[in-house]
Amino acid sequence: MTKKVLIVDDEPNIVISLEFLMKKEGFEVSVVGDGEAALEKIAQFSPDLVLLDVMMPRRSGYEVCQQIRANPAWAGIRVVMLTAKGREAEMAKGIAMGADAYMTKPFSTKALVAQVRQLLGP
Amino acid sequence: MLQGSVIVLCSFAYLGALFAIAYYGDKRADAGRSIIANPYIYALSMAVYCTTWTYYGSVGRAASSGIGFLPIYLGPTLVAALWWFVLLKIVRISKANRITSIADFIASRYGKSHLLGGLVTVIAVIGVIPYIALQLKAVSNSFIILLNYPAIVMPQRADTAPIWQDSTLYVAAILAAFTILFGTRHLDATERHEGMVAAIAFESLTKLVAFTAVGLFVTYGIYAGFGDIFDRAREVPSLRQLMGMDGSGPNYGNWASLTFLSMLAIMLLPRQFQIAVVENVNENHVRKAIWLFPLYLLLINIFVLPIAVGGLLRFPGGSVDADTFVLTLPMAHEQEALALFVFIGGLSAGTGMVIVETIALSTMVCNDLVMPLLLRQRWLGLQRWSDLSGLLLGIRRGAIAAILLLGYIYFRVAGEAYALVGIGLISFAAVAQFGPAFFGGMFWKGGTRAGALAGLCAGFLVWGYTLLLPSFAKSGWLPAGFMEHGLLGIDLLKPHQLFGLTGMDEITHCLFWSMLANIGCYIGVSLSRRPSALETGQATLFVDVFRPTSGAAGPSFWRGTARIDDLLPLLGRFLGPQRVRSAMEHYGRQRGVASVRELVADADLVHYAETLLAGAVGSASARVMVASVVKEEPLGLDEVMNILDEASQVRAYSRKLEQKSRELEEASRELRAANERLRELDRMKDDFMSSVTHELRTPLTSIRAFSEILLDNGDMSLAERRHFLSIITKETERLTRLVNEVLDMAKLESGKAEWRDTQVDMRQVIDESIASTGQLFRDKSVRLETRLPGSAPPILADRDRLIQVMLNLLSNAVKFVEPHRGVVIVRMSYGGGQLRVDVEDNGPGIAADDQQRIFEKFRQSGESLTNKPQGTGLGLPISRQIVEHYGGHLWVESHPGAGAAFSFTLPLEDAYTASPDAAAATNA
Repeated sequence: MTKKVLIVDDEPNIVISLEFLMKKEGFEVSVVGDGEAALEKIAQFSPDLVLLDVMMPRRSGYEVCQQIRANPAWAGIRVVMLTAKGREAEMAKGIAMGADAYMTKPFSTKALVAQVRQLLGP
Repeated sequence: MLQGSVIVLCSFAYLGALFAIAYYGDKRADAGRSIIANPYIYALSMAVYCTTWTYYGSVGRAASSGIGFLPIYLGPTLVAALWWFVLLKIVRISKANRITSIADFIASRYGKSHLLGGLVTVIAVIGVIPYIALQLKAVSNSFIILLNYPAIVMPQRADTAPIWQDSTLYVAAILAAFTILFGTRHLDATERHEGMVAAIAFESLTKLVAFTAVGLFVTYGIYAGFGDIFDRAREVPSLRQLMGMDGSGPNYGNWASLTFLSMLAIMLLPRQFQIAVVENVNENHVRKAIWLFPLYLLLINIFVLPIAVGGLLRFPGGSVDADTFVLTLPMAHEQEALALFVFIGGLSAGTGMVIVETIALSTMVCNDLVMPLLLRQRWLGLQRWSDLSGLLLGIRRGAIAAILLLGYIYFRVAGEAYALVGIGLISFAAVAQFGPAFFGGMFWKGGTRAGALAGLCAGFLVWGYTLLLPSFAKSGWLPAGFMEHGLLGIDLLKPHQLFGLTGMDEITHCLFWSMLANIGCYIGVSLSRRPSALETGQATLFVDVFRPTSGAAGPSFWRGTARIDDLLPLLGRFLGPQRVRSAMEHYGRQRGVASVRELVADADLVHYAETLLAGAVGSASARVMVASVVKEEPLGLDEVMNILDEASQVRAYSRKLEQKSRELEEASRELRAANERLRELDRMKDDFMSSVTHELRTPLTSIRAFSEILLDNGDMSLAERRHFLSIITKETERLTRLVNEVLDMAKLESGKAEWRDTQVDMRQVIDESIASTGQLFRDKSVRLETRLPGSAPPILADRDRLIQVMLNLLSNAVKFVEPHRGVVIVRMSYGGGQLRVDVEDNGPGIAADDQQRIFEKFRQSGESLTNKPQGTGLGLPISRQIVEHYGGHLWVESHPGAGAAFSFTLPLEDAYTASPDAAAATNA
């Protein structure tokens, strides 16, 4: 069965690159541009994994992650946080919020794909 | 017909009510719940200033001299403005030294001098007795007039009636009894007469209401208001002249001297000192009285002129004494009840004055005249009496009776010589002689006992010669010859034209010469000799009373040995053992001593005992009494000076310390603020770095991702490959722009930016900017309109920087408007020394909260929107830096949904500040 990946980021060009990478891996991909829309999309698209940007309008990635973890129905969803802020403290915060992995921008496409594959592994 | 018995009954009922109020006031005071502890009662009691002289006499004076009655009230009103400082200082000094009267005040200031206290007392008694006589006369005259109701008959001369039929005698006797009853309940004069003050306040209210009632009756009952009365007065030639309606102004010299005289009187009359200082409960009341008391004076004077005019119109030809108009006008209109009320009002004005004045005088006579004399008579053996408090009370009661008797005698003998107002002014002039020694003593440390004595004597003698003796002569007691030819036939000694000085009325004349002699002697004699040790000490206590001192009582000018076993019995003899014990226990508690037995008889305690005693017998006598039981080693002047120096050194040192600690506090506050600022800057730098990092990483992310994708996927279609390569190019441009702007911003902020200033034509700058952004507008189909004048005065600035600002504003505008429907308008105008450019769009507008934030670094409008705008977030901050560099402003005006207008101004050079004709602006 095809795994589903939701991409949440407000930078159109980054979204294009992520979409290309995930589709190439054979996942079913959906895209939204802010945190508010992300929560709606999760409910309707029920992804297996969310690529989540931190700095976004309306609702930050941290908040979205917290919401996901607060909902028992979404317990199986994997979350990979992406951020242009590379501080230790922020990484720790992302993990504390319940993210499964945390990657700093700019990321290596190979590392990102490997991380996603590992989290969605058989 | 008003029956005599009804009038008498009403009078006694009124006096009974007064007594009840006084009794209640005293009871409440004993219970510790004062009814007079409020500023209104205090200000009302001060209105004891307004006697029958005001109540009946003001109208009399107004009837003879128009508004000439006013200076007597103008003076106190003016002086009240100084109370916050002068009266407050008097009250403070008097409380600290337990001053009992004005004589005590002056005696205490000049080294607790018996002689000075006695002299002040004598002057006060001589000066004030005619004034008391005046009250008696007014009360009895009004009684007689009222007795004849409804006929208006002027009373006969008093001395024609046998003495036992003279109602004045009975009035005097009743007042004496009344004053003794509630004026000498306590011994300690500094222990206030609360009941009396409450009664006096009530009297002030009564006379004000009664006088106002007559005023209203005359003005609105008989006539039709102020206008009507004065219109009628204008028709009578003599009245027109009186009211100054014919253009003749008042006599300003006379006005000035009367105003000055009453300024002194309000402070120096014994009864005013008694009420304002001795009976003062709380210093704060003084501050309220500053406006309350003048207000009272204003109210009681409003109807003086209408009543005077009304009386002159009703009783032309002088058949009725103008001094009685207040009473006779209601009688002439058969207003029985009002007439009776007026009589009661006059009674209250008279009794109020007599009660307070005799209490004040009896305290002075007892403490400053009789006791010092008695204590000096060793054969009486007073020093050995075990309880003197009864003797003191006896003396005071005797003094009250004697003073009223003297007043009555004066009334019998001389009371007809002058009109009411004349007598009052003679009294005022007498007490005015206290002025130099009194005020000089408060503010000048150089004044000495000898100077004060010389000044008082000189002033008093001149007063006696120029005012008192002539008044005797007018009464026929003295041959009138010395009035016309001068003493011993010497022309220069004519009492009303001393040394040939003419052209003044008698009061101004007396005031001029007596003040000249008084002040001259006071200052001259004071300067001729150094003050003694005691004088120096007292001078410091008085003049520097507001200076903060380290100890409780300030510097102590006493040295010697004393035994508590001697002091306590001494105090007990005057004050009663019970009161002495509680006072000593209070003193001990303040110093943390458990029982009276353990008190040490040091300088402090001796000083305390002396002030305690001073409250009962006056400062001069208290000093003699205390000196008789302690062994004092007299201090030399040098030692007093040393104590003063030491005290002032300690003060200076502590001031310096305070100063230092203030400076230290200030410095540490500044340090904290600087530290805070530093931390803030640090935080801002961190934020900035974090923002820059974020902004750099974002394009880098795209560039890296697509580069890797292109590298790893050789089999991509050409179109896709192109698409991705174009993204990489765009993101690289974005990165470059960002790096440039960050560097630019850093240069601007650190002041290292280069400015190539030349004469710039703003019109050209705008045109050029529009040309370079033209493609952006065309791409989005946004319309651009310009409203620019044909030319603009040149500006000295960096042309490229101004273009940078314009480009930023234009590209922002086009960025935020909707495609096809968007309109951007560029305007330019100049005038008032500046040039202004506006860039207006019809985009979504900017929320009020964001209007400041968009000028911060990396803060973009629409951060809360899904569509993140392109741009670095540095354009507006940079533009603002540039505009402000040239002394201009950059700001935004916007309402969400209604577009935004970014405007900036730049100052023009001086030569081009003239505004052009508005029509010069053309549409381009």
